[in-house]
Amino acid sequence: MKFWDTLSGLDRRILYLLLALAVALPLILKPHVAIRTSEPVRRAFNAVESLPEGSVVMISIDYDPSSAPEVQPMLVAILRHCFRRNLKVILTGQLALGLPLGEIALNQVAPEMNKTYGVDYVNIGYRPGYTAMMVGIGREIRDYFQTDYRGVPLDSFEFMRAVHNYRDIGLLVSLAHGGVADAWIIYVGGRFGQRIVVGCTGVNAPNLYQFYSSGQLAGLIGGLQGASEYETLIDRPGSATLGMPAQSVAHGLIILLLCIGNLGFLISRRRKKN
Amino acid sequence: MLLNLIGTWVAATLTIAILSFLYKENPLYRVAEHLYVGISAGFAIIYVWSFDVYPMLIQAFQRHLAEGNRAEAWILLIPAGLGLMMLLRSIPKLAWISRWPMSFTIGIGAGLGLVATVQGYLLPQVTDTLRPLVTVNNAVLYVGVISTLLYFYFSREHRGALGAVSRVGIIFIMVAFGANFGYTVMARISLLIGRFYFLLHDWLHVIR
Repeated sequence: MKFWDTLSGLDRRILYLLLALAVALPLILKPHVAIRTSEPVRRAFNAVESLPEGSVVMISIDYDPSSAPEVQPMLVAILRHCFRRNLKVILTGQLALGLPLGEIALNQVAPEMNKTYGVDYVNIGYRPGYTAMMVGIGREIRDYFQTDYRGVPLDSFEFMRAVHNYRDIGLLVSLAHGGVADAWIIYVGGRFGQRIVVGCTGVNAPNLYQFYSSGQLAGLIGGLQGASEYETLIDRPGSATLGMPAQSVAHGLIILLLCIGNLGFLISRRRKKN
Repeated sequence: MLLNLIGTWVAATLTIAILSFLYKENPLYRVAEHLYVGISAGFAIIYVWSFDVYPMLIQAFQRHLAEGNRAEAWILLIPAGLGLMMLLRSIPKLAWISRWPMSFTIGIGAGLGLVATVQGYLLPQVTDTLRPLVTVNNAVLYVGVISTLLYFYFSREHRGALGAVSRVGIIFIMVAFGANFGYTVMARISLLIGRFYFLLHDWLHVIR
């Protein structure tokens, strides 16, 4: 009985230390974990894969640094996939703090895939008031973005001359950590019939499955697990795949602690009753 | 190169400062927290100025005047005026003026949202729910939707048949909460992995 009393009175900082070890050790030791791809991620992959060469993909950075560990690997993997398929990428963002993350990913992926700014991709930047902007792009993108984020007119980029509204965009990818993905689905998917893929944090994923189930999403990538699945599908393991063993060990530890905690609680309660 | 090195060390120091809160509240944590709030606010102001106010108001005004589109230039003064009226919230005596741009914004939001919610949310979701009852999954869907809706029906006391069905609704709600919580745990662990990856890979170079 003393064992359970000791456990229930354990300093929470010891649990933090255990969790830190559960995360750090797998990252250092890199054990192999088989990653099985799920249907929503496979469909997201197929949505990009099925686009004809030269199609335009608009990627919206709807997250900020607080969600970067989960969502940034998705952006890197999707950019690699788009560039490998010779698709044209328009990068935009609905959160001011998120746009530099898009720029970091482009600077990482574009040189390794030999892609040129203005020819293969542009970054059109950020505009506040995203719902009005989402609806406005349905008429003409230049009503909101006359220039790219560096102030260069959009029409000076050859592939952008043919892009006016959602009819010219093959796929919209929203990488989100909040309600912005819902807005893309409701305002753009509902009104303009735009094909949309969402990559989101684990917190948001359960709320977005309803849109996936109803066919309003062409694919859904949820959390670090989803990112690692996408990395597996493009056959290019990255930081998400590296993080999966740590994720598994940490989850195992949490389940173990939950079981021990509840067992201790039940034993203590029974002892008090007796 | 040197800037990258300095940046990595600053980021690592701030990460450790934030994580130190897990041990106990301390001044280092508070410094990091205030820095984060201040830098985020400053960054957002610069972005709004660079991507919104300057190109869409000042530059657009100058461009329209240069092109001879006087009407399109002067009409920009209306949103500029509404924006300035919004700032009057900080002056208590004149704060009431900010209600005008606020009502304008709410009106736009409601107008945009009303149609979009029906078109992009309500109808597709209702359509997807009305599935043929030919699979077990569809039957579970029906039971889940009906029992959860009845749980939120408060015009009659939850007793008898209504009570039994609403108790089934609670089970479905609890399963949904459980799924949400499980995903939330996964998300938080992912953030921890991200920070540890940064510390071990970019800072200490333990991971290659």
